[in-house]
Amino acid sequence: MKLVEASRLCIRHGAQAVLENVDFAISAGEIVTIVGPNGSGKSTLVRALIGLEQLVSGTVVRRPGLGIGYVPQRLHLDAALPMTVARFLSLPGRVGGDAAARALDRTGVPGLEDRQVASLSGGQLQRVLLARALLARPEILILDEPTQGLDQPGTAAFYRLIEEVRRETGVAVLMVSHDLHVVMSASDRVVCLNGHVCCEGTPSVVSAAPAYRALFGAGTGGAFALYRHVHDHAHDGTTDAHDHPHGHNHDHGHAQGDAHRHEDEDA
Amino acid sequence: MPDSFLILAGLAGIGLMLAAGPLGAFVVWRRMAYMGDATAHAAILGVALALASGMPVAAGTTVVALLMALAVTVLSNRGRGADTALGVLAHSALAFGLVAVSFLPNVRSDLSSWLFGDVLTVGMGDLLWIWGGSVAVLALLVWRWDALLTATVNEELAQAAGIDPRREKLTLTLALALVVAVALKIVGALLIAALLIIPAAAARALARTPEAMAVWAVAVGAVSVVAGLSLSLFLDTPAGPSIVAAAAGLFGLSLIPFRAR
Repeated sequence: MKLVEASRLCIRHGAQAVLENVDFAISAGEIVTIVGPNGSGKSTLVRALIGLEQLVSGTVVRRPGLGIGYVPQRLHLDAALPMTVARFLSLPGRVGGDAAARALDRTGVPGLEDRQVASLSGGQLQRVLLARALLARPEILILDEPTQGLDQPGTAAFYRLIEEVRRETGVAVLMVSHDLHVVMSASDRVVCLNGHVCCEGTPSVVSAAPAYRALFGAGTGGAFALYRHVHDHAHDGTTDAHDHPHGHNHDHGHAQGDAHRHEDEDA
Repeated sequence: MPDSFLILAGLAGIGLMLAAGPLGAFVVWRRMAYMGDATAHAAILGVALALASGMPVAAGTTVVALLMALAVTVLSNRGRGADTALGVLAHSALAFGLVAVSFLPNVRSDLSSWLFGDVLTVGMGDLLWIWGGSVAVLALLVWRWDALLTATVNEELAQAAGIDPRREKLTLTLALALVVAVALKIVGALLIAALLIIPAAAARALARTPEAMAVWAVAVGAVSVVAGLSLSLFLDTPAGPSIVAAAAGLFGLSLIPFRAR
């Protein structure tokens, strides 16, 4: 049975159609990456899947009693809100000190309990957010652009951690990313979203060739893979499937150029 | 031994802070200061309507404050453009309240007590209402504490954990309306928001967790009540504003020694 399933989903924000006829489903233990340019409705889809969006039409069905572990894109704690990591891990369900310590240890940030959440670095915060999500023993982890603000080695390490957690616990993972071409290599499926589902497929694992190694940097441990967009439908009546009217032209198959762009962003 | 009216006033103020401390923390964390103002100003309109219709003042202020708080909640859900609308609501509620009060001669003569409070004339009946309302709000906040806090930290995170953030917002709206109605007699419509915000702001520097901040806000508020009443007694200053002035002094002190990290 699917953990979450959205059918023919339509969502508007004011007069603007954000999502149109989106079908999406994720099964137990699956890792699915949603990619799309900014403003493509990724976060709206995630909010709809957890039940925070008003649907114009379509349905979202969550398996009854589904345990969701949610890792937000950013956590803006008001400066007036004091919060230790230990207290944060107990939101909303109280957890014991041992369990909290184990969770922090598992996500690679042991001993942070007494630190204020606001004082953590970006990488530490993401791991604390993940630890909190895992403490509820969820069946699905939903991560909304969790690697925003991490550098490339940091992103690779975070992807490897997610993969390990999936292997250990069998948790399904729904990952949202704004990077159209470089995705987590452990993804079982990649869904490209731009108001509607543009295409769906599996990532092509980056070859072990030294050239790729050089492009992705050393020590990323095979965490990245390329995603090749194959759009089988035409927009605006054109027959050329590669002609995108949304302003996110993909350079299909030009792995080298994409990887360069990725490096530039990290520089 | 202070006079009995001072003891009643002190008990009334401390009773109010039991609810205003933790609620004030949420007002600060969620940046609801404007909403607090609008709700408090609407209380004057509530007073006028209650007296004109022969309803108990407490009931009138609670109902009107609740309606205003709900209106503000709906508006604030609409995002950025709501700021102007909130300003319009907050100040027009006060203006309409003052206009309405002017039609009631017996209230007109006593207007400053509704605007700035009249804590020194608190009687046993008032005290029961204040403590009853405060304890009810405190119980509501304690009962919903983890859900309220989670929804305050992050809406999506709360929803994913099965907490409806809209419901928690409504809980705070209800609590705010009740506290406004309770506080009207003590500090008056113009200074209610101050008693919510200032003790909580002063408590920030003393606390490392949300719970500690809420408890410190109650403590700072209680000290402000005692200090403000003493000030009022010795310098013959108005009691409500003196309590707020004492709280502001404590906030100033809280900035000096160290900033909690």
